Formats: sequence, structure tokens, C-alpha cells
Amino acid sequence: MNNPVISGAGYILVHVPNIMMEAGTTQLLEKDNAKSDYYQKAFEHIRDFESALAYAPNQVYIGNITPDELNNVERPWYENLLKDPKRFGPFGEILPEDEFFGLMASSDSFDLVVLEEGFSKEIKDKLSNHPLMTEEELGRIKTGAKIQTIEELVYEHDAIPLRYNNQIVGCVKKAHDRDENLNAHTMLENTATKASAYLALKHMIKNAQIAAQDIDYIIECSEEACGDMNQRGGGNFAKAIGELANCSNATGADIRGFCAAPAHAIVNAAALVSAGIFKKVAVVAGGAVAKLGMNGRDHVHKGLPLLEDMLGGFALLIGENDGKNPVIRTETIGRHTIGTGSSPQAVIQSIVYDPLDKLGYKAEDIDKFAPELQNPEITESAGAGNVPEANYKMIAALAVRRGEIERADMTSFVEEHGMPGFAPTQGHIPSGVPYVGFARDAILQGKMKKVMIIGKGSLFLGRMTNQFDGISFIMEKNPGITQKAAKPAEDVSKYLAEAFREFADYLKTRGESDGSQ
Amino acid sequence: MDLEIQQRIIDLTEKYGASNVVVMLGGAEAEASGIAAETVTNGDPTFAGPLAGVPLGLAVYHIVEPEVKEAVDPGVYDEQVGMMEMVLDVDAISKEVKKYRDQYSKYTA
Repeated sequence: MNNPVISGAGYILVHVPNIMMEAGTTQLLEKDNAKSDYYQKAFEHIRDFESALAYAPNQVYIGNITPDELNNVERPWYENLLKDPKRFGPFGEILPEDEFFGLMASSDSFDLVVLEEGFSKEIKDKLSNHPLMTEEELGRIKTGAKIQTIEELVYEHDAIPLRYNNQIVGCVKKAHDRDENLNAHTMLENTATKASAYLALKHMIKNAQIAAQDIDYIIECSEEACGDMNQRGGGNFAKAIGELANCSNATGADIRGFCAAPAHAIVNAAALVSAGIFKKVAVVAGGAVAKLGMNGRDHVHKGLPLLEDMLGGFALLIGENDGKNPVIRTETIGRHTIGTGSSPQAVIQSIVYDPLDKLGYKAEDIDKFAPELQNPEITESAGAGNVPEANYKMIAALAVRRGEIERADMTSFVEEHGMPGFAPTQGHIPSGVPYVGFARDAILQGKMKKVMIIGKGSLFLGRMTNQFDGISFIMEKNPGITQKAAKPAEDVSKYLAEAFREFADYLKTRGESDGSQ
Repeated sequence: MDLEIQQRIIDLTEKYGASNVVVMLGGAEAEASGIAAETVTNGDPTFAGPLAGVPLGLAVYHIVEPEVKEAVDPGVYDEQVGMMEMVLDVDAISKEVKKYRDQYSKYTA
């Protein structure tokens, strides 16, 4: 077996309550709804950075506590904040909004992000203390503009304001007068995706202990579309993000597939490495501005804080087998095919059990399943239930129907092979990938042997098909690189001796036959 | 309930007549299923969609309710719904949907 391995992971969150109120889809729809007072009430439900930092699921996402440890934190988690939260964790960090505006400015290639001059200086100073920011990156943050200029851009030229502490501190300009794919809102969404993915990639490069130049190829798998009116969604976020992170030897492209895109991207990356086309492939995604505050109506109605105030990002490194890191079992990829059908059991059979059957594994052989890992505190209050728990129950129910476990053991199966959801509802972010970093660590430490990562997507949202989608892969302990034993060099002297003898006989015979001596 | 789905239900009701339409729910939660049942019978309780203040009174059932199970071929039902019956809180969902059906449905299946 010479499978590709997962050799690095980076996970980041960005707390962006002001962007949420300015550009999240729900807030945009509700802002001008005369029948609703949601937008006005929503401001009273905004969390400060400290509360977002101390929110246990967020600390899980960056690796400071494990998903299993989250079970020990009493719910509601937003009322039981952690006492000693850390901004940085083994996987990445939780970035505050003001610094993110600086990062967006540093990520801007077309002078579209304009910061107020005082704020620009202040944030440049602040970011100079960031452990991963280089002088070159700081240098990309421009001097800024006077507040009058920014207000003119916002009020007369359709720019989207960037607010902090109830003040406008900058704006994102439109990139075209008439093309809605390049208007200020879209440029804000895309710049936020690019900047958050870039931060995740920087953390991954640090964690994997590689140089940015070592990366050969980048696959970006977020849910945004970058392009213009002639090629909406044409791309290419991957190269834009790689350029920022100084991955000068890489090229790349974007993969889309709704929430399943990251799992598709990892499978593609694994294939590129297995085929020997590239040695190191980074899979990256930034956050989704549109989904900020998505379930805000329910959260405000039920008295919760607006918990969907976080942008999520991640970056993973897929590399050649090093004999150490967990392998991706490319021999058996779970997939929901076009012919699978949409009944839940057909879906679970195709994504979970078909790949297990191929290797002769049972469900209980998998230490942990990582399906959709949405934070239940966000979804339950919005009537969508506990999404990861529902997934685990489905896997367990099918195990019962297949005779692998007893019905009475369903609950213990869910507890043992599942985990609480901890990921922000950022679309592509929760679907399996948030656990890859933990799975890698647990397998490296010998605590686990096999983990299944499951990506699922709701394709009907694009109104092109009613097909469901899903793809999965197994991460497994690396058995080490099997070297073929070298064939011992054979003793050739006997063959040489024989050849000489035959030659001598030949000479002798020739001499006899032609009479010569 | 999704605003676009609400509009599709209005369109189908106008096309086929309210007495000829049965709404089949498949949601995983009792509360959300109840809201959907209320929406297609008494109108959108959140006043966000086109069914706000529009009491269509349609017949509405959840796929896991006994009335539906009895009406479907057992083999097909087992293949399509059997696993979800083990996963969902069938009693809670049935109770919640029946509550709104009994109260507001003007038509029966």
C-alpha cells in the first residue's frame, strides 16, 4: 500500500459581527422588511469578541479542546463560557474583526478595500505583533483614506462600509458599475473568503513545518463564486490565495460541490498525489459571509446570542506517503452516485457502508465517523435538530438492519463512534473536514486507527438538480512504507567459469576440425 | 417553511384545487414539522412567506404517520422509510402534525 497521507492541518475562525449585520443574507433580507423588527432587535444579541473566544465549540475548532471534551461542558455553551480561553490553538486561531479588516486590506489586489487612515495605521501596528504576519504582508496594507472619502464612497458610490465600535473604519468598493458579480457586496464576500482562507493556509504551512514554496498545487473548495458577468464563478480563488501566502511554486484551481466540496477536494488531492502528478497538494477554503446570522431570526426570537458571527476557514496538506502520517485509503471511496437514489438508507449505504464492505470492515471498526458537524446549539433552536446526532443515528440504524449491532446498542454506538457538533454553520466548513486535524493527531498518537470523513451536500439549492450528494474517505494509521526486499545479487562466477569452459572446448574442437593447432 | 416552497404550494393548489392536494412532510423534527403543517393549513405563523394569513386548509401528513404507512406497499415503505423510522421520534412528530391537521385541515386525503 502506498497511499497519500494527510500531513498538515490549519483551522481558523474570524469573529465578524459587523460584517454579519452588514452583509449576511438574513440581515439583508430583514433590513427592509417593514413587517419585521428583527433587524433592530438583532443588535441587542451581538456577542463581543471575548464571548466568542470563550465559547467552547470555537475553542474545539482551533484545537484547544477535543470534541469529546466538549461533552463535558454543560449546555447551553453560550452561557457556560470557558474560563481561560486562548486565541491561538494547535490548529490555528480566532481572529478579531478589526485585525481581519487589516488582513482583508493586505489581501486586496485591486485597491477595493479602503481603510480610514488612522485605523489603517492602528491595525498595521496591531498586526505587526501577529506571529505569522511578515513585513511584506504588512506592507501591502496601504496608508488609507480620510473618513470623508470613505463616507463619500459608501453614500454616493455604493461601497459597503466596514464598521468597528459603531464607527465606519473603511469600506469595500464595487469593481464594476453594472456587473452584479463585481458589485461591492460580492467583492466583500469574495475578499473575506480569500483573506480567511489565506490565514488558514498560513497556519497549515506553519503546523506542517514546510515552506510555502514546497506546495505544488492548491485546491480551493469554498461556496463563493468569483468571476464577472461573462463567467460567473469562473475562479480562481486557489491561485489568489496561494499568491498571498507566497506559494510561488504552486498552481491550482477551485472545486465546487456545496457542503461536500471539501471532501471532493481531498479525494482529488489524494488522486493527484497518488498518480505522482504533484507531491504536495493543499486543500483550502475560506468563510462564507452570506451565511453569517443565517438563523438569526430564530436565535433572536428565542433569546439566544447571534451565534453565527464566525467565519470559518481551513487548510489541509495531502502529501506522498512518508510512512508516518495517516493514509487516505484511496482504494475505497464512498460516493453517492447519480443512480443511488435519495432515500436516507440508500444514501448511508452508499457513503458509509459500501466503502466499508469493500475492505471487509464493520461499522464498529471505525473509531470515529465525522459527518456533518454543525454545532447543535445553532441548529436546534432553528428547528433543524441536532445534525451530527441524526447522522450517527442513521449510521447506527443501518448497522442494526445489517445485523452488525443490536438495536439496544444504538445509543452506545452513537456515543462511542460519534461526537458533538462544534463547527459554525458555514456551509462547506462543517461537513467532515473539521475533524481531520483531530483524527490525524489521534491516529499519530495511537489513540485511534480508523476514522471516516463524510462530506454531504444539498444540490437542490442551485436549482439545477434534485440530486443529493455525498462522498467519504477513510483515514487510517500508516502501516509504514513497505520496501520490496532487494533481490540478492547472484553469484555469477560459476556462470563465467562455465562460459570459459565452453569457449575453451569450442576452441579445441575448432582446432581439431580445421586441422590447425 | 422555505418561502419558495410556500409559493409552490399556492401554485399547485390553484392548479389542482385544494381538495385534490395532500402535503407530505419529511422533516426530522417534531416542532419544525408542526410549523410546516400549520403553514399549509392555517397560514405561515412566522408571517415571513406568501402563506402568511392564507389558511389553505390542506390535508397534511408526515411520512412516518401510521395513516401513510398503511397506505403504502410494505416493501417499498421499508426500503424507503424503514431506517428513518428507527431514527426519528415518530410519536412526537405524528402528534404534532395531527394537532394542526385536526384543528385546521378542511380537506382529507
